[in-house]
Amino acid sequence: MSLSIEEVKKIAQLSRIKLTSEEEQRHAVTISAVLDYMKILNEVDINGVDPTFQVTGLEDVIRVDESRDCNIIKELMAQMPEIESNELVVPGVFAEVIEE
Amino acid sequence: MQLNELTIKEAQEGLRSKKFTSVELTKVCLDRIKARNKDVNAFITVCEESALEEARVADGLLSSGQDSPLTGIPFSVKDAICTAGVRSTGSAKILDNYTPPYDATVIGKIRKQGGVLVGKNNCDAFGHGASNENSMYGPVSNPHDLSKVAGGSSGGSAAAVADNMCIYSIAEDTGGSIRQPASFCGASGFRPSYGRNSRFGIMPMASSLDTVGPITKTTYDAALVMSQIAGQDILDGTTLHDSVPNYLEKINEDLSGLRVGIPKEYFELEGLDSEVKEITAKQIDKLKELGCKVEEVSLPHTKYAIAVYYILVPCEDSSNLGRLDGIRYGVRQKGKDLYDLYAGSRATGFPEEVKRRILIGTYALSAGYYDAYYKKAQTVRTLIKRDFDEVFKKVDLLITPTSPFPAFGVGEKKDDPLALYMADVMVSPAAIAGVPALSVPSGKNSAGLPVGVQIIGSRYGEEKIFRVGSKLEIIN
Repeated sequence: MSLSIEEVKKIAQLSRIKLTSEEEQRHAVTISAVLDYMKILNEVDINGVDPTFQVTGLEDVIRVDESRDCNIIKELMAQMPEIESNELVVPGVFAEVIEE
Repeated sequence: MQLNELTIKEAQEGLRSKKFTSVELTKVCLDRIKARNKDVNAFITVCEESALEEARVADGLLSSGQDSPLTGIPFSVKDAICTAGVRSTGSAKILDNYTPPYDATVIGKIRKQGGVLVGKNNCDAFGHGASNENSMYGPVSNPHDLSKVAGGSSGGSAAAVADNMCIYSIAEDTGGSIRQPASFCGASGFRPSYGRNSRFGIMPMASSLDTVGPITKTTYDAALVMSQIAGQDILDGTTLHDSVPNYLEKINEDLSGLRVGIPKEYFELEGLDSEVKEITAKQIDKLKELGCKVEEVSLPHTKYAIAVYYILVPCEDSSNLGRLDGIRYGVRQKGKDLYDLYAGSRATGFPEEVKRRILIGTYALSAGYYDAYYKKAQTVRTLIKRDFDEVFKKVDLLITPTSPFPAFGVGEKKDDPLALYMADVMVSPAAIAGVPALSVPSGKNSAGLPVGVQIIGSRYGEEKIFRVGSKLEIIN
């Protein structure tokens, strides 16, 4: 298998996704199969070829930086999971919980 | 013929000549949804009340002569596209409670004309899949055989149109998500050139590939919808600055002298169903009869398209889906700290395939792997794009099957992600190159399942595709 359970745990942590041990097992197997298949690209001669990051050929698309009407504050607030005194509630960024 | 079976063109004529009202037309579509949705599962949300209200407004516009081409026509929208005031889940539980405060640009254009939104279509979550089995709201069944999949990711849109629950649908195609389900369900599915339509308000999947387009009953209808939704948008910097051609103007022009290429790699593919091959060959014969010059051509890098696509997509996915974290909107799981909140919300809010793609993307973009995966895929992408650029110097269009096989059984490929990825083999190359393509209904196989044939055009060459599609399509 090209991807170990340890590696799956590491990328799951980087991806901010909790996985059960069954999920870790399944992803190690299925992702390994996908990554193995990708080796087919090693047979392509890419010497002197530049990567394509976009296909339109458009460059430096700019627009005037001006304010626009956006009267959807109430609707946006209504989508928030937790509100207190008209503000979004989130856990503290630096409030680390020390694992036992 | 029931009203819900009408095409846009027919419905438009009926509305304008007062044969029926938009309220009558809308009611028949809503009745059809009520009768069939429990079996087909094409809709996650049905807008019964608001649709009838919108139909009443449309009838007012029609009677006062203020109508536009899509006024009063009932349509549905893939749930991964934002609709103001109407729940849009993307078929993932993390957005189970999400009601967008704004319309996607393309949807806004239709609603401003008095289009009638009947509901939101089930799809593979955030467009991840080719069978519609990656939805957290259950799979969509194929209306022609409920034991078969509807295709994906826009399976709900294709099934809704094919089963006459609406007149047309707006969906999204990153690597085949409009064309493949359209072929499985017997509808017309159009992916525009990258940059032709605004993606503002579409839940982003792989931004360098995402497009939005129509699923309709006929090619004419696809061209009609495209004429209404295409064009530059200040809110999507990738949109073309050129004006939008009138796609209907030349749709009836004859095809004599048109050069059509048959890319041999698509027909040499292992696993190409013999009946699909036969049906495609018949369509090619028809083009010869219509005066097209048909010749075999080669797109030598076709066999690398799936590998390129399934590196680029997870990489861009893993970045785009970072915004879904339970903080500002969507469903939040309580956690003992910030990490726990993120990881818990994403664990319960995403289905397995979404998690898999985020994991692959995170892996492939990490230090030490970027060059081996993402950069290499983008480099081979250049070669695939070049194949198309070269071949379109010789021919005007390409003809291929849309899918190597017709609709497969529900559950058949569910546990083998790689086998499901291979279902995109005919549709992903055009997406990688950013060129437009249409799947046209081309009849049924011996089991009664629809087969679609794909017409691929050069970049911004939509008009020729519609001209050919309208002559090739076999309706019912």
